[in-house]
Amino acid sequence: MSTRNTLLGACSALMVLHGAALAEGPNLGKAASPDEIASWDVSIGPGGAGLPPGSGTPQQGEQVYVAKCLACHGEKGAGKPNDRLVGGPELLAPGQAPVKTVGNFWPYATTIFDYVRRAMPLNEPKSLRDDEVYAVVAYLLSLNGVIGENDTIDARTLPTVRMPNRDGFVRFSRGR
Amino acid sequence: MRKNKRPSEPEQAAGNGLLDRRLFLTAGVAAIGSAALSDSTAAAEALPVEPWMKTPGAPFTPYGQPSKYAGKVVRAVASVPGTTGTGTSRTPHHLLDGTITPNGLHFERHHAGVPDINPEAHRLLIHGLVKRPLVFTLDALMRYPMESRVAFIECAGNSGLLYQKEPAQVGVQPIHGLLSCAEWSGVRLATLLEEAGVDPSAQWLLAEGADASGMSRSVPLAKAMDDALIAIYQNGEPVRPSNGYPMRLLLPGYEGNMNVKWLRRIKLTEGPTMTKDETSKYTILLNDGKSLQFCFAQEAKSMITRPSPGLTMGSPGLYEITGLAWSGYGRITKVEVSADGGASWAQAALQGPVLPMSVTRFRLPWRWEGGPAVLQSRATDDSGYVQPSRAKLIADRGSRGAYHFNGITSWGIAEGGEVKHVYA
Repeated sequence: MSTRNTLLGACSALMVLHGAALAEGPNLGKAASPDEIASWDVSIGPGGAGLPPGSGTPQQGEQVYVAKCLACHGEKGAGKPNDRLVGGPELLAPGQAPVKTVGNFWPYATTIFDYVRRAMPLNEPKSLRDDEVYAVVAYLLSLNGVIGENDTIDARTLPTVRMPNRDGFVRFSRGR
Repeated sequence: MRKNKRPSEPEQAAGNGLLDRRLFLTAGVAAIGSAALSDSTAAAEALPVEPWMKTPGAPFTPYGQPSKYAGKVVRAVASVPGTTGTGTSRTPHHLLDGTITPNGLHFERHHAGVPDINPEAHRLLIHGLVKRPLVFTLDALMRYPMESRVAFIECAGNSGLLYQKEPAQVGVQPIHGLLSCAEWSGVRLATLLEEAGVDPSAQWLLAEGADASGMSRSVPLAKAMDDALIAIYQNGEPVRPSNGYPMRLLLPGYEGNMNVKWLRRIKLTEGPTMTKDETSKYTILLNDGKSLQFCFAQEAKSMITRPSPGLTMGSPGLYEITGLAWSGYGRITKVEVSADGGASWAQAALQGPVLPMSVTRFRLPWRWEGGPAVLQSRATDDSGYVQPSRAKLIADRGSRGAYHFNGITSWGIAEGGEVKHVYA
C-alpha cells in the first residue's frame, strides 16, 4: 500500500514538473519493461551499443555464407543477382558507374551486424543465430581485407574495426 | 501594362507559342477556340442513344473501383531480381490531374515485401533516452487528438535516371513516378514523445518498421518535435498496407525512405544509429570521392505531366501545359515554363491551395503551331531556391550521386507531335 502511494506521489510530481502537455495528453501508453523491450531493441549503434554475446571467425562465416547468402550475392561476395559485397576503391574510380561494396563504402562495421541480423537472408530474416551473424560479418570483413583471416569478431572487437571509407562522408548542409 | 488586343491575338508570354497564364480566365480563349471549331459544322447525325441509357446500371459495390476503361491508369512495377515484393512501383502522373494521388496509385518502395499486419497485434514502442518507455496499441492511438497534413512523399531516388549520360527514352512514370501526394491524418509524434518524457541528452531517434527488413532510419529529434505525424489515415481511409498499415511515420518534406512504414519502434538516441540505409544507401557520392550524408529535405523540383513522352500531340492548336511542383523546404512560389529549351520563360498559373511540403499544380496555355519545341518547367520555393538546370546540378555534384536529382527535365516535341525525353 505504501509503495503504491509513493508511486502515485511520484507520478503526480512528474506531471507537475513536465507541465501541461503531459497532464493534458490522453496518456494511453502502457509502461514498457526492460524485458519487453529487449526482444525488439535490435539496433546496433556505431559505438557497438546493443551488440549481443557471441562471436565468429571468417572460416565459420564462409560456411554460413555459402549456405545462406551466396545464391543472391555470388561467390565470395562478387555480386549478382543482387548487391556486390566485396571490392575495393577501384570500383568507385571516377568516370564509371560506381559499385559500392561493404569494403569500399560502408563507414561502420557495426552496421553490417545490425543489417544482416535484422534483414538477411531476404527470404528468412532473423533466422541466423548471433554467432552466425558475427561469423558472416567476419567473413565479409576478411574478404574485403579489413581484418585478417584468423581474426575473431565479437561485441568487443567489432566496434574497433576501422572501415576504409570511415572518413568518406560529409554531413549535408543546404547551399554548400 | 496590358495592351488592348484584338481577341484573335492572344498575349504571348514567352517564345514558341507560350501564352499568358490568365488566358483561360478571359474571353480570349473563346476567340482562339473558334478557329478549330469552324470546320465542324458539316451535316450532323443525331447523337446516338446508347444501350446504357436504356437499362439500369450495375449494383452497388462495397468498395469502389476505377472504370474498366481506365485500366491503363496503374502503377509501373519493378521488382529486384529474384524477388516479388522488393523494389518499386511508380505513380502514372501523365494520366492523372489535380494534386492528390489516389491510394491505389501511391508509389511504393519496399525492402522485403508488404507485411500482413494484424492491427490488434501491432505495437508502437517508444524507448531509449526517455523517462518512461511506453508501448501503444492502435486502439490507444485512435483516442489521441489527430491532425491532417497534405504532404508529398518522394523517394530520394526519384528522377535518378537523369544522372545518365544519355536521356532515357521513357516518360514521366519511370522518371518521376517515385513521388506521390496524399492527405495524411494521425497523431503528432511530439505528443507521444512528451508523454514518454524526452531525456535532454537525446538528439536523434531511430524509427523502425515491422516489415521483414526491419527498415530503419535515424531522424533528428527536432524534426520529430516539429511536424512529424504517426499517420493512421491516408486520404481519409486507413493507410494502405503498401503504405504502412496500420501506421507509418510522416516527416513532411523529407526523403521518402525516412517516412518509415509499418512503424513499430522509436528509440531516442544521442547520435544517429548509422543504419544501412543512411550510410550505404541514400548518400550522394561526389566526384571527389566524398559522399553527402543526411540529405533530408527534398529540394524544389517540378515536372510537366502533359504533354509528356507517350502522349503524342494531336492537331496544332491550343493546349494546356500542366504539371506538378514541390519543395521539402516550404511552399512553391513560382513555376516558369519554357517552350524553347530555356531561352525564354513564361510564368505558369499556380492552382490553389498552395501548401508547404505538398505538390502544387501549375498550368499554362500554349499555342502549338506544329513545329519542334522543347518544354521545360522550373520551380522556385519560398526560401528563394530556384530549381537548377540539369547541367548545373551535375556541374555542382557530378553524375554519380544516384539520389536527390532535382534538375530540370526537358520534353522534346518533334515536327509531327512525338514527345521524347531530351537533354537541352
